[in-house]
Amino acid sequence: MKMKRMFGLLLVLSLVVASFAACGTKEGGSGGNDKFYIGGMGPLTGDAASYGLHVKWSAEIAVEEINAAGGINGKQIEFRFEDDEHDPEKAVNAYNNLKDWGLQVVMGAVTSGPSVAVAEETKNDNMFMITPSGSAPAVVKYDNAFQVCFSDPNQGSASAKYISDKGLATKVAVIYDSSEVYSSGIYEKFASEAKNSNFEIVAAEAFTADSKSDFAVQLQKAKDSGAELVFLPIYYQQAVLILTQANDMGYKPIFFGCDGLDGILGVENFDTALAEDVMLLTPFAADAQDEKTQNFVAKFKEAHNEVPNQFGADAYDAIYILKEALEAGNVTPDMSTSDITEALKKEITQLNFDGLTGAGMTWKATGEVNKEPKAVIIKDGAYTLFD
Amino acid sequence: MSFLSYLIRGISLGSVYSIIALGYTMVYGIAKMLNFAHGDIIMIGGYVIFTIMSTIGLPPFVAVLVGIVLCTLLGVTIERIAYKPLRSASSLAVLITAIGVSYFLQNFALLIFGADAKSFTSVIKLSPLELAGGKLTISGETLVTIPLCIIIMVFLSVFVKKTKVGRGMIAVSENKEAAILMGVNVNRTIAITFAIGSALAAVASALMFSAYPALSTTSGAMPGIKAFVAAVFGGIGSIPGAMIGGILLGIIEILSRAYISSQLADAIVFLVLILVLLVKPTGILGKKIQEKV
Repeated sequence: MKMKRMFGLLLVLSLVVASFAACGTKEGGSGGNDKFYIGGMGPLTGDAASYGLHVKWSAEIAVEEINAAGGINGKQIEFRFEDDEHDPEKAVNAYNNLKDWGLQVVMGAVTSGPSVAVAEETKNDNMFMITPSGSAPAVVKYDNAFQVCFSDPNQGSASAKYISDKGLATKVAVIYDSSEVYSSGIYEKFASEAKNSNFEIVAAEAFTADSKSDFAVQLQKAKDSGAELVFLPIYYQQAVLILTQANDMGYKPIFFGCDGLDGILGVENFDTALAEDVMLLTPFAADAQDEKTQNFVAKFKEAHNEVPNQFGADAYDAIYILKEALEAGNVTPDMSTSDITEALKKEITQLNFDGLTGAGMTWKATGEVNKEPKAVIIKDGAYTLFD
Repeated sequence: MSFLSYLIRGISLGSVYSIIALGYTMVYGIAKMLNFAHGDIIMIGGYVIFTIMSTIGLPPFVAVLVGIVLCTLLGVTIERIAYKPLRSASSLAVLITAIGVSYFLQNFALLIFGADAKSFTSVIKLSPLELAGGKLTISGETLVTIPLCIIIMVFLSVFVKKTKVGRGMIAVSENKEAAILMGVNVNRTIAITFAIGSALAAVASALMFSAYPALSTTSGAMPGIKAFVAAVFGGIGSIPGAMIGGILLGIIEILSRAYISSQLADAIVFLVLILVLLVKPTGILGKKIQEKV
């Protein structure tokens, strides 16, 4: 099996080499542009595909709206989105491909691991990067990267605060993925925040990418510890299995998750009754009644016959955030990538942005966003605002 | 009581590994190659059964039957196209081809079935067995998987020892050239081995996805690797060894997760593997001069 991994790595390496070989046709291709070249990368295939697809589709809606309304500073946007399969190496490949195409601003990546990898590259190239949903703190460790979503620690502390303030439970169990930076990041902050709250963590059980199908032990331990609430800072594929297996065991605590659970209702053939009353902390609810959300959801549904999730809303916001910052800085597409980056870095910290995922969003120079989380509960197979 | 329930869970996970490991060990024992695409044939089997059962709406046994037929055809086709031309090439070339086939199948499935995760409906409609006043429950999937695994193991052992084709398999595994001289059709024997291995993969996919219903294009890869480990653990090439290795692997995995650490479970599983191989390099049931299969 070692062999298999090694050959996998070799294959990836050869792909990387191949993509580098393809470089150089349009190096630093920003001079004299008549359009803004905004590109992104995310998982369009593979386990996390639902996130990437929603980001791509939503960003396309925003780009279309902006272009139809006359563009940014009178210039149109060219948007392109590439697949990274939730794989850091492939995300870097995608980034290099986009640079060949003429990339000036990155709207990506979608998941944390790839975002961290792309951030290293954009730092070297001094290219502005705004990730809709790459929530690990390491994504924004450089000054050119900004987040639309909450960072993992913020999700962890916000979840702990929410559970405590609403008095949802006194005994809490956590099941998290210790091989995923997203999941363990939220868990660590959640655990430290739990010390200052009125509930107690009675069980903290992990799983890894290599053993993510059997959760009987973790659930049994949670059940034996008497937990009334199980906190799941994980992605939805594993949550599907956890909900199914908990149901088989006859264990019915409150399940509480973060934005990774968003997408669970879209799993084909999944019995959504199992997800009834599952709560998740997310800044976006598709059933919100404001005009902006309804307009976006209607367009999304019309084009793709699905209800957009939080990732989509984050991406839609990301494009509009770029628009406002580019307009505030009077940026034009013929400027060099570096100049655009410097202008955006300055302007985004001055913004006070009202979007789908929050009103009055502001950014510090560290790249983290400041906005209010909302809790959503699944009722009759749909996300509903909880309060 | 919780120990017993963990043990049962371990046996249940282990029996899934076993049934996959049987396919690995058959092919290795006879064709002397590691068919890394085995896990991906399981994934394809899962999608076929899912499509027939949930999308078209036919009853589960029809779905499983079609799954077995299609997987068998797929296995034989892969053998014919990708492995047969390499019969006399170095084992490294065959290994790399197998890895290529594995990636090909994953991406092929991605194109056909799409990227969305799917939730598999169990093909086993048996209600769980409750013991000790409901404190111990054994799922219907486990109740079917374990006996089925034993039946398959016994059937395979008898098949290779008693039938003409089976004895041909032993002959090929022991000495390919001598087998040819004795009039054994090596190509046909290896093709039959692949057919059996792939049919087993379809059975494994029905059982595995019934127990763990998350279906995606990569969901065959990790169980495939674990089953390969199980096959090595039990003594690769040995049919009863694959079963014992699989069940032990499942039990060790679950018990170490329950009693030592859920973070370290995988490390412990592989540590045990290393220790076993240090003491007994051919695996638990592997013999020095192996009577392979």
